[in-house]
Amino acid sequence: MIRSVGRVSLDVVEGLGDFSLFVGRSFFSVPGTRRLWRRFARAVHEQGTVCLPVVLIVGVFTGLVLGLQGYHVLSRFGSEGLLGTMVSLSLVREMAPVLAALMLIGQAGSAFAAELGIQRNTEQIAALETMGVDSVGYLVAPRLLAALLVYPFQAALFVVVGLWGGSVSGSMLLGVDSGVYWSAVDRAIEFRDLRECFSKAAVFGLLATSICAYQGFHAGLNHSASGARAVSAATTRAVVLSSIMVLVGDYIISSFFV
Amino acid sequence: MGAASSCILGIRGLSKSFHGREVLSGIDLEVPSGMIFTVLGPSGAGKSVFLKCVAGIVPPDAGAISFDGRPLGRDARAMRDFRRRCGVLFQGNALFDSLTALENVSLPLEQTTRLDKEEIQSRSLEALRQLEMEDFRDHHPGALSGGMQKRLALARAIVTQPELVLFDEPTAGLDPLRRNAVFAMIAKYQRLAGFTALVVTHDVPEALVASDRVALLEKGRIQFEGTPADFTSSTHPVVAQFRDSEAALRATIAAIRSPEPAAA
Repeated sequence: MIRSVGRVSLDVVEGLGDFSLFVGRSFFSVPGTRRLWRRFARAVHEQGTVCLPVVLIVGVFTGLVLGLQGYHVLSRFGSEGLLGTMVSLSLVREMAPVLAALMLIGQAGSAFAAELGIQRNTEQIAALETMGVDSVGYLVAPRLLAALLVYPFQAALFVVVGLWGGSVSGSMLLGVDSGVYWSAVDRAIEFRDLRECFSKAAVFGLLATSICAYQGFHAGLNHSASGARAVSAATTRAVVLSSIMVLVGDYIISSFFV
Repeated sequence: MGAASSCILGIRGLSKSFHGREVLSGIDLEVPSGMIFTVLGPSGAGKSVFLKCVAGIVPPDAGAISFDGRPLGRDARAMRDFRRRCGVLFQGNALFDSLTALENVSLPLEQTTRLDKEEIQSRSLEALRQLEMEDFRDHHPGALSGGMQKRLALARAIVTQPELVLFDEPTAGLDPLRRNAVFAMIAKYQRLAGFTALVVTHDVPEALVASDRVALLEKGRIQFEGTPADFTSSTHPVVAQFRDSEAALRATIAAIRSPEPAAA
């Protein structure tokens, strides 16, 4: 029993160390990687343009639900006028960075982990290494840099469409005065809320993309499965671990800002 | 490049085990430069592991590999020099699906040299032209046939003008005509570009025709090394068993089809 606990603990520590080295290597490889910006632009397209519809759809419906639920809770206390405050702070501080990150993990993160897993299994990563190309710099670094830019941008868009969704359900459907709603939004959001939103989004982007990259890059190397099973297992681990880490990270960052 | 008789690659006591099973046990081999050297062996003999150890993809458990007289391994500079002067053609080609044929060939030049864009383009087009692939420069690998993908992979392997090219089972899964075509391609471009080719395969007839020297890898050890003529005339039991497998099959089939079973 003690031996197995010790073995698991050592595995966890070794895995964390390996992961940290991988992320460090990704950033240190940036200066030495040639034609990085072309791959960075492609990564921005994959995480930004391709994922935009899902982020917008989820943002609108989150705002609609917040407006609906918020109105019924606040009306019990005769405080419908605070609907804009509730919707905006919920979105900016929590919902936008967390839900946008989860959507990006589901779409771009899983695709990235699967792509790297297939590249590992078809020896494309080995081919890069035999050419003398830094495989981490070539494949991972542009995606990590793109995540630092795209996740905050997607969170900002999520906030905008979420506020609009809240106004549709609160003002247009349930009768809260539109001016009251938008002036409450304007009064509620402060600089520190925006800082919290963008800090969270950037950290979630870094966490999620590096976890997906690590899992895909090592598909079939650290675990017993090989071939298609290794890719599917790596993709599943990437999505589950990065989603959990986003929520853990959310709690930790919130505890600093609250 | 060294003289035709000098040794470009030296391997001493190369060993590798996976999960306690010894795949390579003390391989010694010297590959002379400027020729096609083929390592033959049945499936599961450890040929691909051997080649991956040489390419630096799989670290060996023991043994030493030297390239052009310089030991590889922990010496990062020697390893960088080796990677710059060595090309690898993988069994599954390992082409990048998201890149066009031209981009695939340009990749090693783009990432490992300081050549300008025009020079990279011109060298890559020249490599494609040599392999008769220039009309397919804008095609993605998925849109090419198996043979064309093989040629594209070879174009990528030789675009940096390497002195040594490693071929991992270049004819795996191909029909006899295509196997001949691949070996003819290797022989043709080896002569044109002057590189040393180290090939691992289990296709005996084609390898014997195309190679200058052959070795037989069986049970993790080199059982034979010599010219194709030596291989053909060898009386070594392992060589004879591997070489004459067709005759053995013919005898087995004849026994099965015989009207009076041997047991009767």
